[in-house]
Amino acid sequence: MFGFILSVAGSWFDRVRAVPIRAPHGAGKRGVFLNPFQGNTRVYTVSELTEEIRGLLEEQFAFLWIEGEISNFRSPISGHYYFALKDERAQIRAVMFRNKARTLKFLPEDGMKVVAQGRVGVYPPRGEYQMILDYLEPMGVGALALAFEQLKRKLASQGIFDEAVKKPLPFLPRKVAVITSPTGAAIRDFLKVLGRRFANMEVIVVPVRVQGEEASGEIVEALEMVNTHLSVDVIILTRGGGSVEDLWAFNQEVLALAIRRSNVPVISAVGHEIDVTIADLAADFRAPTPSAAAEMLVTEKEILVTRVLDLKKRMENRLESLLSNLREDLERSAGRLHDPRKRLADSWMRLDDLSGRVIHAGRSYLENAKRMLEAEKRALHYHSPLLFLSAMRQEKNFTAQALVRAAGIYLSSRKMSLSMLERQLQNLSPLSILSRGYSITVHFPERSVVRKASEVGKGDLVQVLLGEGGMNCRVEKTDNTMSVLSAPEEMMDRE
Amino acid sequence: MAEKKFEKALEELEEIVHALESGELPLDEALKAFEKGMKLVKYCSGKLEEAEKKVTMLVKAENGKVDQVPFEIREEEAS
Repeated sequence: MFGFILSVAGSWFDRVRAVPIRAPHGAGKRGVFLNPFQGNTRVYTVSELTEEIRGLLEEQFAFLWIEGEISNFRSPISGHYYFALKDERAQIRAVMFRNKARTLKFLPEDGMKVVAQGRVGVYPPRGEYQMILDYLEPMGVGALALAFEQLKRKLASQGIFDEAVKKPLPFLPRKVAVITSPTGAAIRDFLKVLGRRFANMEVIVVPVRVQGEEASGEIVEALEMVNTHLSVDVIILTRGGGSVEDLWAFNQEVLALAIRRSNVPVISAVGHEIDVTIADLAADFRAPTPSAAAEMLVTEKEILVTRVLDLKKRMENRLESLLSNLREDLERSAGRLHDPRKRLADSWMRLDDLSGRVIHAGRSYLENAKRMLEAEKRALHYHSPLLFLSAMRQEKNFTAQALVRAAGIYLSSRKMSLSMLERQLQNLSPLSILSRGYSITVHFPERSVVRKASEVGKGDLVQVLLGEGGMNCRVEKTDNTMSVLSAPEEMMDRE
Repeated sequence: MAEKKFEKALEELEEIVHALESGELPLDEALKAFEKGMKLVKYCSGKLEEAEKKVTMLVKAENGKVDQVPFEIREEEAS
């Protein structure tokens, strides 16, 4: 019974409260209880004991330095730091309140080895003791983290993590084995995603412990068992988030080697996204979370389902539009297909129209020809020789008249010029000249007419012909200067 | 093996869709192509849905043999 009282915690609390720990009303002093083995003994209340423990601890450890590795560090929005300090064999809770935490130059991390200064505090409501730290300083890398790095290097040098040795994910996995805790959050998340994605996948849960000393051995065994006894397409090794210690089973060399030995591809999904374990590195694929592992399995299938559905839809659409196009074409063609009777009527109309036009054309051709003939006739008539004859006749008449007239004119003009000539002739006749007193002198004996005085000489015989008769004369004297215009007296004078 | 067959069917389906979409097929060929395409869709969908949805858990029987029992999440412990 006492044991129970001291272990009051967690989910047992309600049950314990239900047990009467005090005597019913008026059953003696507070804290006094009937003990079946002894007489009267001091019975503490939880508070009393806690108070005493607190007095002892807080007095004893009011100021001290402690070294250890930080683990399970968290810093809620309050700004306080909560974590555990630990070494190989023990761990102690620690808190650093905001006012002190603020003074730190670095952010504590899991795995970090530190030296801290503070005091031990007891928190009665939870019956817990912890270090309340005032100061913290790092001491270099924590042992677990160091161990992790060392193992990682070793396995990497053995080629365990090489991409070349990793197996591809199977095409459309249908049967998968999940090595995990059957009661953990990981399997729940994993199955939830598969359910949500409607993945028809056979899932075999292989139950193992996922933390603690036994865990890695059980996981190695499970891997071997799945490989030998189950024919699955892929193995998923998973667990939910936790501290580095919680995940430590997945940082074991034996596990890494077992994963590498597996003939079935292994997807590792351990812890949260930021947690990378040796198992993650050794696995063929790493998924950041259990849900992500499930998604990896179904994504490809979903893509294929989508693709098939898309192709189906496109095909249906295309055929639908092809058919509707053809239907339209058909309707259009049908619209152009006429009733032959209508066509006959059309032909009749066309024939009538054409015949009308033929008749009209013929008629107008005839008329035209007639008109042309008429014109030809007229032209012919116009050029008729009869017409020509009459014109000729007319012209002849005109010509005759003109001829008569012209002849008249001609004759009269000739007559006139004849009389004029006659007159001129008469005037020119030497006889008429002579009659007017002029005379002609002819040289003798050659009978040449003398026109200049120089043509004769003194003593020459000349004949002077007068208007009536003539005379033979002898030249007495010649004078070239003598002129009709000179006075006769002068002439005489010269004599 | 399954992958190759499936991929081939899918490829063929793609080709049929492209041919249909090119609009160059005469009606009777288009109908034939469509019919074949639908068969391929059925095949591909069938392949994708082939696995049976089943969740089991391995248990070790007393004689050391391994057995499979239906797996159910125990909610109260899972949290």
